[in-house]
Amino acid sequence: MAAVTYRDALNQALREEMARDDSVFLMGEEVGVYQGAYKVSRGLLDEFGPMRVVDTPITELGFAGVGIGAAMVGLRPVIEFMTWNFALLAVDQLVNSAAKMRYMSAGQVGVPAVFRGPGGAALQLGAQHSQAFESWYAHIPGLKVVMPATPADAKGLLKSAIRDDDPVIFIEGEMLYNTKGEVPEGEHVVPLGQADIKREGSDVTLVCHSKTVSVALKAAEQLGSDGVNAEVLDLRTIRPLDAESVLASVAKTHRCVVIEEGWPFAGVGAQVVDLIQREAFDELDAPVLRVTGADIPMPYNKHLERAAKADPAKVTSAVNQVLYRE
Amino acid sequence: MAESTAARPKSKAKGLDPARADEHRSWLRQMLLIRRFEEKAGEAYSLGKIGGFCHLYIGQEAVAVGSLAALGPDDYITCSYREHGHALARGISARAVMAELFGKAAGCSGGKGGSMHLFDASLGFLGGHGIVGAHIPLATGMAFAVKYRNTSQVAVCYFGEAAVNNGAFHEALNMAALWKLPAIYLCENNRYGMGTALERASALYDISERACSYDMANEVVDGQEVLTMYAAMDRAVQRARTDKLPTLLEVRTYRFMGHSMSDPIHGHYRTREEVEDQRKRDPIAVWSRRLIEAGLMDEAGVRALDKEVLEEVEDAYRFADQAPDPEPDELHQDVYANG
Repeated sequence: MAAVTYRDALNQALREEMARDDSVFLMGEEVGVYQGAYKVSRGLLDEFGPMRVVDTPITELGFAGVGIGAAMVGLRPVIEFMTWNFALLAVDQLVNSAAKMRYMSAGQVGVPAVFRGPGGAALQLGAQHSQAFESWYAHIPGLKVVMPATPADAKGLLKSAIRDDDPVIFIEGEMLYNTKGEVPEGEHVVPLGQADIKREGSDVTLVCHSKTVSVALKAAEQLGSDGVNAEVLDLRTIRPLDAESVLASVAKTHRCVVIEEGWPFAGVGAQVVDLIQREAFDELDAPVLRVTGADIPMPYNKHLERAAKADPAKVTSAVNQVLYRE
Repeated sequence: MAESTAARPKSKAKGLDPARADEHRSWLRQMLLIRRFEEKAGEAYSLGKIGGFCHLYIGQEAVAVGSLAALGPDDYITCSYREHGHALARGISARAVMAELFGKAAGCSGGKGGSMHLFDASLGFLGGHGIVGAHIPLATGMAFAVKYRNTSQVAVCYFGEAAVNNGAFHEALNMAALWKLPAIYLCENNRYGMGTALERASALYDISERACSYDMANEVVDGQEVLTMYAAMDRAVQRARTDKLPTLLEVRTYRFMGHSMSDPIHGHYRTREEVEDQRKRDPIAVWSRRLIEAGLMDEAGVRALDKEVLEEVEDAYRFADQAPDPEPDELHQDVYANG
């Protein structure tokens, strides 16, 4: 296995799927000539030409709609949003067109499209560029929501998303693009809808996804030196949620903390907690706690920003609470 | 400002070609079918057999009939929520459309779409869409797919004049022109977005001029004249198929009914006199007269055709009324490809 960056893993997935299937094309701002705002599409224009790597004007609603229309007649677009913050302009297209087309047409017209780009906060980008919207999209029947945390998952999940016959919201992490990890050589596909245990443990389950996987792993390491063996469960796909894996882990550890980057109200974690209390109430030895981003627009100041983010200290504190050690 | 939009410009079509008599008569039949269908739908709505919103097409029949006549079987069509007429003119059966309005399983969208979401993928009829302007980029995407695959299809998008003030219109037309896509944007200017007159919503009265922003071919069309509509559409279709270029057609027409079945025909936003004046250019009366004057039909023939479509509509109504509802387990079907 070779160690590659998350960015290059995504690039490999795009290249392989475009080579495998003529109907796959990439469209978005700066994906071609500029080689991608975050260089995920580096080299693809040269390899596949301007009809399959399409630079757009800054027009999120418009090119999201173009992708959906193309998908309605059988192409498999990968629509890149420079960030999911900008995709707010396209929410109507994602919610009213992409998510509902199959249902409104009683199965006649599907939308096999992937909408991808970085979500969540990076560093000091301020309130409008530092937002995690996965719970918005996960709320919508008809959409799938995928959020890889590692290079291997980024590649394998993007390949699955491109092959999927439904619209997939694929949220990457700007802070993850440079992270390195081992990616299996050759055909590597990770099915949608399957969580992954990133660290086995027996005392508490840390449910997380995307950037909070590394937060949970760091917390687990610290807890380990303190005699607590935490299990880190990476959801990988937010919708459909892998309820079975969540419940199996909770049945093993009897304690759970759910971590996410986004805001607390009606967040992904709230859904996970709902699942656990309904299906595993008798397994629990403590209430399930959540660690989220602060319930505020993101401040610019770096100390304030750091205080607003989920971090290992907040996770270990929550774990200590569910273990009744505080 | 109160100038009659439907009355101008003057029809470009002069005499009728006897060689196309059958086609010309079929247009009258289609327009009559839409008219009688919509009247029946209005009645069914009043009886509570059709729920939700129901936007009738009465007054605009020549637009759908004339324009769709210029298309081929492989072309793609998207519409707004006022699309019963387009669905019928494209060839979805009156039974399947009426059953959809009734929410029945035999409807063209399985009873899950309703009046605003009629689909028949086998006819390239890719939806009525319920958000003003939002389907315009979809048509651009279909035209993109045509260019991508290098076929000779065209993608047509029908929308009302109120949609042109929406960002989706601008974004979609800009890309279509930028990328030279075979798309036809057909704006049915019926003068009112619900109760707001065009001149109260748009800084520019002539919608066709908006095409200049995109260096796009455009034309103003009299939408009450089915042959004029056909001819203009035919030019746009040729431009798309042959030159691979988009067109914006501003088609001036008039809605004889209220915005939806829940809205008044006239009142605060337009006068009874204006509606009555516009009804003088009823597209069915205009075309019947042309056919009779050209000797292609007589009064009795028109009456016979009307009787025929009335029977078809009654049949569709009975069919829809008696058709079964979707099975309860349909509730969760078609959310995703695998159920």
